[in-house]
Amino acid sequence: MNKTRIRVLVGKPGLDGHDRGAKVIARALRDAGMEVIYSGLHQTPEQLVEAAIQEDVDLIGISVLSGAHMTIFPRIKELLKEQNAEDILLMGGGTIPEEDIASLIEAGHAEALFTPGATTTEIVSWIREKVAESKAEVI
Amino acid sequence: MSNNFLRWKAKYDAQRERKGPFFTVSSVPIDPLYAPGHTAEIEYERDLGNPGEYPYTRGVRPNMYRGRLWTMRMFAGFATAKESNERYKFLLSQGQTGLSVAFDMPTIMGYDSDHPRAYGEVGRVGVAIDSLQDMETLFQDISLDKVSTSMTINAPASIIWSMYVVAAEKQGISANKLTGTIQNDILKEYIAQKSWIFPPDPSMRLITDIFKFSKDNVPKWNTISISGYHIREAGATALQELAFTLADGFAYVEAGVKAGLDVDDFAPRLSFFFNSHTDFFEEIAKYRAARRIWARHLKEKYGAKKEESLLMRFHTQTAGCSLTGPQPENNIVRTAYQAMAAVLGGTQSLHTNSMDEVLALPSEKAVQIALRTQQVLAYETGVVNTIDPLAGSYFVETLTNQMEEGAEEYFRKIDELGGVLGAIQENFFQQEIADAAYRYQQEIESKDRIIVGINEFVNEEKDKIDLLKIDPEVERSQIKRLKELKQSRDNLRVQTTLTDLKEAAQGSENLIPKIMDAVRAYATEGEMIAVLKEVFGEYREQAVF
Repeated sequence: MNKTRIRVLVGKPGLDGHDRGAKVIARALRDAGMEVIYSGLHQTPEQLVEAAIQEDVDLIGISVLSGAHMTIFPRIKELLKEQNAEDILLMGGGTIPEEDIASLIEAGHAEALFTPGATTTEIVSWIREKVAESKAEVI
Repeated sequence: MSNNFLRWKAKYDAQRERKGPFFTVSSVPIDPLYAPGHTAEIEYERDLGNPGEYPYTRGVRPNMYRGRLWTMRMFAGFATAKESNERYKFLLSQGQTGLSVAFDMPTIMGYDSDHPRAYGEVGRVGVAIDSLQDMETLFQDISLDKVSTSMTINAPASIIWSMYVVAAEKQGISANKLTGTIQNDILKEYIAQKSWIFPPDPSMRLITDIFKFSKDNVPKWNTISISGYHIREAGATALQELAFTLADGFAYVEAGVKAGLDVDDFAPRLSFFFNSHTDFFEEIAKYRAARRIWARHLKEKYGAKKEESLLMRFHTQTAGCSLTGPQPENNIVRTAYQAMAAVLGGTQSLHTNSMDEVLALPSEKAVQIALRTQQVLAYETGVVNTIDPLAGSYFVETLTNQMEEGAEEYFRKIDELGGVLGAIQENFFQQEIADAAYRYQQEIESKDRIIVGINEFVNEEKDKIDLLKIDPEVERSQIKRLKELKQSRDNLRVQTTLTDLKEAAQGSENLIPKIMDAVRAYATEGEMIAVLKEVFGEYREQAVF
């Protein structure tokens, strides 16, 4: 399939309703020329992975402010693997302590995690770079 | 403009102005000087009044903090009821004067701890409460007639509040002695906080059922805390926070009247909850305008006769969204300024955020510093010595008037959209808030807005800070307790009370007594919510960004 624009699913997993960050990111990515699908609130990892595959996205970005990051990130990665969709990248943000970031990245449960204070510019350029890299690998 | 003012303006314009922009946290431009001839017209009796006198701009009590300081109320709750109970006893021993309970997400969304959707979230952002048993543990050795308790619970407020009242009953304390607040504000959930369960109509019915039950049985309870806090945290400006919150307040007044109550029967028990952000004067103006608008509308539009109906009493929490991840100690300073604005704005109670809340639930040390911040404010700064010290300030009065005018403009727009529920359906609030949040972020990225430690004065080295950790064992032990409860209780009685509740929900009688019966039988929150969902259905949102 020939895709010119980067496609992103911005997702809100779990029960928490803090969607300010997710919406700001969704809009910034859209303004940067990406195609953005926003999942809406209260999604299960299963729903997010299903939506990501259906929408044929390059990347899932999730926002977690509920403290459940240590269960949600590994679960999404696991489901992507089960569905043979490991080419879909996973990034996230939220209230995630430094220590947990290190262990999630190290274990391969996410490609990148951004915390409060990260700029949308830096997130946009990270996505562009990563998606380009991952497409190059496939070719 | 007076000649005097123009003379100064000419001199000012002749001089160099440093690169601004000069605007508030809400992006409202601010003039270099407010002075006679260039400020709002104020008529003292009409617009301010003395403290405790209409329109209450200067405060709701004649004596304010000369009579009694605000209630220092730190929001707390995590893990299990037993651990939260220990934190409450620690806070009370440190001089805190009221309790404020934070619940975990499964409790907030009406799921028991053993529900698949609760996986990974039990006890994470607050305490897990599944049944009366947990509520009894939560307040063990704390006499419920001696403390006032605020509970941040909305969609399932009727159930959690019933558990509290029954827990008191078990302590031998009658309901009419209980004091406290339930948030119970579903409108702001649809607008901003997004922790809803049922659609608007049955949700409003539960709220008016609480109003009615409380009037006869728990008369000292604040049955709702109409909240701007979350609206602001979601990205709204100060003006939007003020206008949307008051619009919600009017919607509850109208719902109560429609349910057959006299406005004076329930308006005195309505309370409010605002945010305090870092823009000092803008916040103070917001609180002063809020009191005046509420009093004017309740008196003139809704015909309230009792003075207590006109009084806007409010709790304040400093702005979580203003805190930074990098250099977390700077958050102590931000919180202190915000706390002072809330006090100069005449708040009735206050929560000060802990420096580490961007990263986790607060550690005990961080909470203690936050509480001490309030104590320094109360006992050392002297701002409590006189009432509403900023009244008459050209600047503050102008801002206060602008807040009132801006809010009235929003009320007109909301009316045009069919009131608050109509505006929610049209995504009006949601879009306004998303736009404001995005603009704020862009201002930071373009450096039009400087945030210390974020886009200026940045430290390269990583911060080291000890954070509170929630043991994953908490989830397992809570589920185990729940299983044991389900085996040991009288399950036949549980079924009977749940069937009664369902039948009542299908009709129009007050649901609170039915909920209390189920609570007494140790039915769980999730069981009661499930029964109500069968009758009421669930809410779904069309998200906009």
